[in-house]
Amino acid sequence: MSLLDVRNLRKSYGALKVTDDLNLSVDEGELHAIIGPNGAGKSTLIAQLSGQAGSDGGSVRFDGTDMMGMPMHKRVRAGMSRSFQITSILPGFTALENVAVAAQAGQGSSFRFLAPVADEAALNDAALAALARVGIDDRAFVKAGSLSHGEKRQLELAIALATRPRLLLLDEPLAGTSGAEADRLVEVMRSLKSELTLVLIEHDMDAVFSLADRISVLVYGRIIATGSPDQIRSDPKVRAAYLGEETEDA
Amino acid sequence: MRLIPTRAWAATLLFAAFAALPLIAAALDDAYLVVIATRILAYAIAALALDLILGYGGMVSFGHAAYLGIGAYSVAILSRAGITDLSLHILGAIAGAAIFAVITGAISLRTKGIYFIMITLAFAQMAYFFFVSLSAYGGDDGVTLSTRSTLFGQPVLEDDTALYYTAFAILLGLYLTAVAVTRSRFGRVLTGARENPVRMQAIGFSPFRYQLTAFVISGCMTSIAGVMLANQASFVSPAYMDWHRSGELVVMVVFGGIGNLLGAVAGATIALLLEEWLAVLTEHWPLLFGLILVLVVLYSRDGLTGFFRRRL
Repeated sequence: MSLLDVRNLRKSYGALKVTDDLNLSVDEGELHAIIGPNGAGKSTLIAQLSGQAGSDGGSVRFDGTDMMGMPMHKRVRAGMSRSFQITSILPGFTALENVAVAAQAGQGSSFRFLAPVADEAALNDAALAALARVGIDDRAFVKAGSLSHGEKRQLELAIALATRPRLLLLDEPLAGTSGAEADRLVEVMRSLKSELTLVLIEHDMDAVFSLADRISVLVYGRIIATGSPDQIRSDPKVRAAYLGEETEDA
Repeated sequence: MRLIPTRAWAATLLFAAFAALPLIAAALDDAYLVVIATRILAYAIAALALDLILGYGGMVSFGHAAYLGIGAYSVAILSRAGITDLSLHILGAIAGAAIFAVITGAISLRTKGIYFIMITLAFAQMAYFFFVSLSAYGGDDGVTLSTRSTLFGQPVLEDDTALYYTAFAILLGLYLTAVAVTRSRFGRVLTGARENPVRMQAIGFSPFRYQLTAFVISGCMTSIAGVMLANQASFVSPAYMDWHRSGELVVMVVFGGIGNLLGAVAGATIALLLEEWLAVLTEHWPLLFGLILVLVVLYSRDGLTGFFRRRL
């Protein structure tokens, strides 16, 4: 059954239709990749789904609940988290604090004024576990602003995981990473497939085709095809619109 | 990490000096020193309160003098109504400040940056002109208090040293509370919302609720400073709410060092001492003070505490 159901979603910036009557259905437990050329509206779609940006029309249902008009922080609490294409962290906090505060959002009230939060083992343990999962637990006490670009990408994913989402929207998690860091992130995503539902936007086609259960192709704000990696690879519309010849050997 | 033991050590020194001050004043036979120092303690309370939202919450309130005035007028108004106890004056101040802070904060927090600064200033000016037109309490001229607040029904605060130690106890208590708040769950969310509000929303927090709560706490704390100022001067007037005074509070925080609480206390202390000493030297003392402020800000982005930290 579908966990996320998007119907006729629309958004325009002036005359430009960035999201144009978009329909998308994401099944519980799948990794659903969304690919498309630059400017297709992928990041806008993530912003609309997460509640960061408003929509002009259509509907977004998550687990049967209408999400339209619900602000971002409530969607997160409902179980729908996102990561950012451009790393969005708390630079003055340590890596551990960045993740611990995300865990804090889902664990009890934050209107507690006197007890030191640094002593809360439940938060620190959850944070360390998330950092270990993405492979930067040895950097837990480094200020997030001082981490390398690749480490920040790993932290970005750890923060999103610490909110314990049922659905995770990943906006180009591999952007700017290379080598071991990228491999690590791909492996983390692969391991997440058995635990939660993922929507993945990514330009790295090797990663997309090896990870995705289904792929949707977004062009000019519309989904032009949805199917298994094999179906997408051989879809003539997709090849014409986007993939070109390079996927012959993908 | 290193700052924290350093701060605890520096705070111990500073508060020990405050605790010993009346003894020093007695030894020097300088009763005026205690009077100045009480004023310093009151302003330190206000600066501490401002640093909580300015330093940790990123909210530059340019209208915090309004809360000094609310605190001062709650002494005048309640005293005239026959309510003289300090604890009730403080309660009244907190209630008034909370109402003012909830309303003005909820509106101000819809804006950011320079607009937040201007809108908090505008609300403080509205409060200022409200009290200017309050003829029952002397309007522009203010009103002299015939007695200070009482403590458990006794007029003990008529003694300058007793008033001093009361202000000292309040400052110490509020300082320790503020330190705890900044290290709490709440403090972490407040600081996170300053660092990156979108990130905080993306992990499930609505920054507004936390910012407004901090704004109200800060306003309430500042109103207690107003209660102490009114008692120290035995006089209440709209001058407490003057926008210059809001600016001075910001200067104290910046001068001492933003975002570590102790800096605000030190900033208030040094700024007011300099004012006293420089005023003896020349009537153009603000010029000298301005020069010192420029040098401190230029050479240490963390104010006075920055120098202190580097040396240790």
